[in-house]
Amino acid sequence: MAGPLIELRAVRKSYGVGTAIEAEVLHGIDLRIARGEFVALIGPSGSGKSTLLNIIGLLEPMTAGDYRLLGRPVGSLSDAELTQRRGDTLGFVFQFHHLLPAFTALENVLMPSLIAQGAIGDADRARGLALLDKVGLAAAAHKRPNQLSGGMQQRVAIARALSHGCPLVLADEPTGNLDTHSADEVFALMRRFHAEEGTAFLIVTHDPRLAARCDRVVELVDGRVARG
Amino acid sequence: MKARFALTVALRFLREGRFQTLLIVVGVAAGVAVVTYISALIEGLQGNTIRRTLGTQAHLVVQPPEQRSTPSLPPAAGSTMLRDVQARAQRPRTVDNWRAVEQALAGTPGVTAVTSVVSGSALAVRGEASRSVALVGIDLDGYDRIVSLRGSLAQGVARVAPGEALIGVQLALDLGVGVGDRFVVRTGAEAADTFQIAGLVDLGNRELNRRSVFVTHTAAQSLLGVPGGVTQVWATVADLFGADRLAQRISRQLGLQVESWMESNAQLLSALNAQSVSTRLIRTFTALVVMLGIASVLVVSVVQKRKEIGILRAMGATRAQMTQVFLVQGALVGLAGSLLGVVLAAVLLWGFSTFVRGSDGLPLFSVGLGWDLAWKVPLAATLAGVLAAVAPARRAARLDPAQAIRL
Repeated sequence: MAGPLIELRAVRKSYGVGTAIEAEVLHGIDLRIARGEFVALIGPSGSGKSTLLNIIGLLEPMTAGDYRLLGRPVGSLSDAELTQRRGDTLGFVFQFHHLLPAFTALENVLMPSLIAQGAIGDADRARGLALLDKVGLAAAAHKRPNQLSGGMQQRVAIARALSHGCPLVLADEPTGNLDTHSADEVFALMRRFHAEEGTAFLIVTHDPRLAARCDRVVELVDGRVARG
Repeated sequence: MKARFALTVALRFLREGRFQTLLIVVGVAAGVAVVTYISALIEGLQGNTIRRTLGTQAHLVVQPPEQRSTPSLPPAAGSTMLRDVQARAQRPRTVDNWRAVEQALAGTPGVTAVTSVVSGSALAVRGEASRSVALVGIDLDGYDRIVSLRGSLAQGVARVAPGEALIGVQLALDLGVGVGDRFVVRTGAEAADTFQIAGLVDLGNRELNRRSVFVTHTAAQSLLGVPGGVTQVWATVADLFGADRLAQRISRQLGLQVESWMESNAQLLSALNAQSVSTRLIRTFTALVVMLGIASVLVVSVVQKRKEIGILRAMGATRAQMTQVFLVQGALVGLAGSLLGVVLAAVLLWGFSTFVRGSDGLPLFSVGLGWDLAWKVPLAATLAGVLAAVAPARRAARLDPAQAIRL
């Protein structure tokens, strides 16, 4: 399928609409990300990076504007349709890992499949194990998140984001909570998946070192795109 | 198929909050055990009381109207009359047209058995001994369907043939007779007849055992001076507690005086009712407490699991799926708690029937956990668990994933 992966036109976001404390945090964002791009989203605190990521991730509705995901507008979709779209096309990696503590590493990786299919087959299991192997955690497949280090948890989270073969992974400060060594490892892993699977990444980061190693940098300042 | 997701996640969530889960399951079990135990106990007690009371009497009795003295002189207008009316002595009276009444009763929906009896008081005499007895002329087959004479047979054969009688075991002792012996029944200066004892019956009640003499219709009719007539028509009904309504209906339809066991045992009935009402109250409040317990634990769990709910939603779990996760948790807690509770109740009931004994060393009454109760209670508790989970589940579904993750 040709065309951009995501396309935002004049997207605005306000909080507290209709109240005295109404505040616009995104003032008309235009952004296109092509298939297989590796993009960093930078900007000072409070510039609206996380909000933008949430809107792209269909976790939050925009107030105005046009957002097309894989060429299809999402503005008028119901919650159920958004959820479905989210499950099909998007993978998430969060700053605080956010693995499910009640499930093993392997089960966490397979959670998107469990949600979509209601059950885990042998093929899913093999795919999950292969992914864990790829992130170097084959031995930890049956460990709980609290038995893993921060870097390991984040690698599991990356494997999870990629487990259902989605075209775009959204990462919110994926290395923000890690030491330099683990951060490099995690970043290298994302680059590797990008190279091998052609998955597009949009990575929110504070770290200029990491941003410099991305293919493209989008900078957000005060709710506007300043660069990119 | 997708429901497996809800079950898998619900089980993990419950296992993760092991201590909470354990507490609430034990709480549910305690509630269920109390409800089941009390229900079984009251059911046993009431069943026993009703069996004892109704085992020896009919549910409906049709009898002739009482004879009244009617003053012949009507009071003149504007005057006051003082009079002293003497109540009439009640002779044995018969139900008019009793065969038709029997048939009409038998044809009434809800009536399960009908028989007619000829009863009156008499003296049972043997040698020096004489005892006042209730002489009852019966048709054994019909009577047996209402009061189990064959089942109460202690000695001899259950047979009422001309010239034969069945008598209570205590009466046999009082008269010093046994099966095959003869005795005389006397109802007046002249009227007397000799009967051979075919069998002894134990009706489970000392007074009845001391006073009962069962003979044929014909024998009782001639002794009591009501040739061809019967003094009462008896019936049993399918719906015990609807007996009074049925009695009223039959009374209106047939124009007869029909008395139900509920009238003749009004005190017993109000005691039973009071028991039923208190049982229902205990049940309702226990269920309420159990449901509040489940709900409060799940509400806390929703708050604790905000992040997880957010992640699941981000990964494509729908609101409906999140609702299911918590409804299933409610159901599982209700089911597990109630199964444990039923086992607990069974142990309590076993203890009751083993250790609580009457003065005769026998259990006070038979209690047991009927299958009926054993499957209804867990079903009800599971439904209650689902119901209790509705509010927490809705909270979980409404959780905004973006906010939940950020926290």
